[in-house]
Amino acid sequence: MIRFLGSRLLRAAITIVMVVTFAFVVLRLSGDPAQIIMGADAPPEAVDAFRAAWGLDRPVWIQYFHYFGAILQGDLGRSMRDGRDAIVLVAERIPATLALTLPALAIKVGLGIPAGITAALHRNSFIDRAVMMLAVAGFTVPSFVLGLLLVLVFAVQLGWLPSGGQDSWRHAILPIITLGIGGAAVLARFTRSAMLEVLGQPYIRTASAKGVPWRAVVWGHALPNAAIPTVTIVGFMVGSLIAGAVVVESVFSWPGVGRLLVVAVANRDLAVVQCILLLVAMTMVTSNLIVDLLYGLLDPRLRNQPKRAAGIA
Amino acid sequence: MSALVSLRNLRVSFDGQAALRGIDLDVAAGEAVGLVGESGCGKSVTWLAALGLLPGKARVTGSATLQGQELLGTAPATLDRVRGGRIAMIFQDPASSLNPVIRIGRQVEEALRLHRGMRGAAARAEAKRLFDQVGIPDAARRLDAWPHELSGGQNQRVMIAIALAGRPELLVADEPTTALDVTIQAQILTLLQDLRRDTGMALVLISHDLGVVADSCDRVCVMYAGRIVEQAPVARLFAAPTHPYTRGLLGALPPLDGPRRRLAAIGGSVPEPWAMPRGCAFAPRCAERSPACDLAVPDAVHLASGHQAACIRATAMDLLKETVAA
Amino acid sequence: MTPMLEAKGLVRRYAMRRGLMGRSVEVRAVDGVSLSVERGRTLGLVGESGCGKSTTGRLVLGLEAPDAGSVAFQDKPMPPAGTPAWRALRSRMQMVFQDPLGALDRRLPIGAQVQEPLDIHAIGEAKDRPARAIEALRAVGLRPDQAARYPHELSGGQRQRAVLARALATEPALLVCDEPISALDVSIQAQVMNLLMEQQERLGLGILFISHDLRAVRQVSHRVAVMYLGTIVEEGEPDAVLHDPAHPYAQALVSAIPHPGRTGNRIVLQGDPPNPADRPTGCAFHPRCPVATAFCAREAPVLKPRNSDGRLVACHVAQGDVAPAVTQRAA
Repeated sequence: MIRFLGSRLLRAAITIVMVVTFAFVVLRLSGDPAQIIMGADAPPEAVDAFRAAWGLDRPVWIQYFHYFGAILQGDLGRSMRDGRDAIVLVAERIPATLALTLPALAIKVGLGIPAGITAALHRNSFIDRAVMMLAVAGFTVPSFVLGLLLVLVFAVQLGWLPSGGQDSWRHAILPIITLGIGGAAVLARFTRSAMLEVLGQPYIRTASAKGVPWRAVVWGHALPNAAIPTVTIVGFMVGSLIAGAVVVESVFSWPGVGRLLVVAVANRDLAVVQCILLLVAMTMVTSNLIVDLLYGLLDPRLRNQPKRAAGIA
Repeated sequence: MSALVSLRNLRVSFDGQAALRGIDLDVAAGEAVGLVGESGCGKSVTWLAALGLLPGKARVTGSATLQGQELLGTAPATLDRVRGGRIAMIFQDPASSLNPVIRIGRQVEEALRLHRGMRGAAARAEAKRLFDQVGIPDAARRLDAWPHELSGGQNQRVMIAIALAGRPELLVADEPTTALDVTIQAQILTLLQDLRRDTGMALVLISHDLGVVADSCDRVCVMYAGRIVEQAPVARLFAAPTHPYTRGLLGALPPLDGPRRRLAAIGGSVPEPWAMPRGCAFAPRCAERSPACDLAVPDAVHLASGHQAACIRATAMDLLKETVAA
Repeated sequence: MTPMLEAKGLVRRYAMRRGLMGRSVEVRAVDGVSLSVERGRTLGLVGESGCGKSTTGRLVLGLEAPDAGSVAFQDKPMPPAGTPAWRALRSRMQMVFQDPLGALDRRLPIGAQVQEPLDIHAIGEAKDRPARAIEALRAVGLRPDQAARYPHELSGGQRQRAVLARALATEPALLVCDEPISALDVSIQAQVMNLLMEQQERLGLGILFISHDLRAVRQVSHRVAVMYLGTIVEEGEPDAVLHDPAHPYAQALVSAIPHPGRTGNRIVLQGDPPNPADRPTGCAFHPRCPVATAFCAREAPVLKPRNSDGRLVACHVAQGDVAPAVTQRAA
């Protein structure tokens, strides 16, 4: 168990280092933060002073090591734009994002999984076809298109809900639905195929053959097995709670982490971008770890196998 | 003697293609009947159909009665009491026939709860007794094992324990030893014989292996392309096989002694369901085919006590033989 | 005359990991196997799952390198895998597996697949190869027009014939058949066994016939070797081994053959087939053996000729070195 956790943690650490490095390379090579933040017509001396102040005049690889050393000491740097700690800037935005992504996750799970199960149980029926058609529509339409469509219908045409901003709970409804529908569609399709696979297994026939009523076969025998692959997708969704709303937050001008990321990238505000990426990588990695542990809980075959008894009387 | 289970003109088709083309079969209480045939002959489908275990796209017609009670088209609740309670079934691949995420003890206890209303400690004690009965060593500890922790032979014993939990009057064993090693096959067959002796339940043993059936059954039915082509008491079937297909099966089995000769293989292969001949389905592979064989599907002809064959030539030949004998 | 194929003291070990978090255990799949196959002869290799018979088959073909021991084919040692000499040998030794559908490429008509080894090994003139492929199909009882068929359009027996046609197209000297008939129906099994024997006669093939089915092994083999947990425990003429097995394991195997009109009792072995990762001390069979003694648990027997009739058997009791233990276990 300890060995297992150890190797998982090591892999997680390597993932995070790679993400941070990647962000550093891309952001530093794609534009000069000093020029962008100071403006194109700033005097060269001011730009140089800015560079010196932020250490941008040193060789790139030294900047990289400085940056890394700071992270290891828990210092994620300050925003080049207003000088505040990057981590504080990001932390301020997290509640707003969670206010969208948590209800959206509830929609994904609460709508997607039952829809997938229902479709599988009524395979090839009208219900199955209807659910799958909606699911295909749900995840082929990009979230910005869906978001704009919803705005058009519910904000512009019907005038029931606001089109953007963050003044009341009513502002959150459209972005939550936009986020939830796509994920629910993915989950529905996935649950359906996992369920169909399980329903075709010999042990389902065994359960029926021993007189287990069909409802109990589905709940007691099929679902626990179908849950194993489904957990992967849900885990992925949990992992994207922090940063899964970039597009939707932009469409609805919702002041969450995603919007902050977009603005920070545009400004080449290195510390903020990296802080967000680090956060994203860590949530992803943590949720993956949880998924792995859940696997062991759900599937006894993955637990440490005891020595097969020789079975000699 | 009235039959425990009676199948009458049982027919099954999948997507319009016939898999079972009229099965008539009686199983008496306590009897051991072997069902032999090659893959696709319908020997498993027969019993899955009788118990309503086929997928929804299967069309089942005819009749399957358990002591006069019709099983086909019965309410699910009624059928659930029959399955496992009066007719139990075990399958070919024990490893995948057990639910991988449920401890084996609980899988037995589930059947005990459904059919004998046992719960908690009583169910657990009975499950342990069943494990002992089917020869699972260290039964008390094994109740908490997972299927993947057991060998194929042990898993098949668990399947048998589940089947016994409802005290069935009939156990249908569908190729119970095919996935197992030779020495384990011998263990399971011996166990099935012992259990039948001790409990008095009837046994239907489905197998592709004439030898397996010969060892454990009183009566054998040979199936070909969705029909029973010959049935007889086991000794008689091996002594006087009548249908050319039965004779072909016996001839294709390599002998254990005597000079080694070329095997009398049956040429060709089983007709596909969409290209079923109008007459006898075996005619295209039959060495004794005559034009009359292609006219109509031959009826089962009574040859001797309990011996029937569905071959037009069987009649003439055997009636003649019996006349001469008389 | 030296045999066409001679394997001496083959050993093959694997590292096996138990479970997701388990530590690795060394498994000796093959533990000192010597065998030989002569031209025009068949050696039957019998045993249960996990006894190492399939690994032995791959070792003698040179598809896997042994950890110890040697393989010699037509008096030359097996060249290292991947070398040109090794590749050239592929056309001289062929393998047939249990599952014909898995062994064939679903996307190619069988004619093309039979021709493929001819192309690979540049056998004959390129323009003659299609005709040779057709000839190979005809030799196994398939019609020339079936060359255009895809594997899924053929029945199980026809597919195994196609696999055999492909294996025999290069006119190999050695054929290793790993459970070639177990996936087939009884009537088709007979067809394939007949075919194997015909082709052996036609080409003077040496065959290593790996199977769990003693009936089939008796039908096609000139000698039979019984394997248990990585070693050969008995070897001899098929009828001798079948009618008077010397090793207790062979006795149990023979008595387990189901057949009509059996006389006498079946010896039912206790326990499961052994786990190669958990090998008992001494004679590997002793925990399941009805006549094992304390000595058997300590000392591993070697395969050697029995005094009475020269039968090769690895058993202290059968050799008369110890008296059989009295047991009530035999059912």
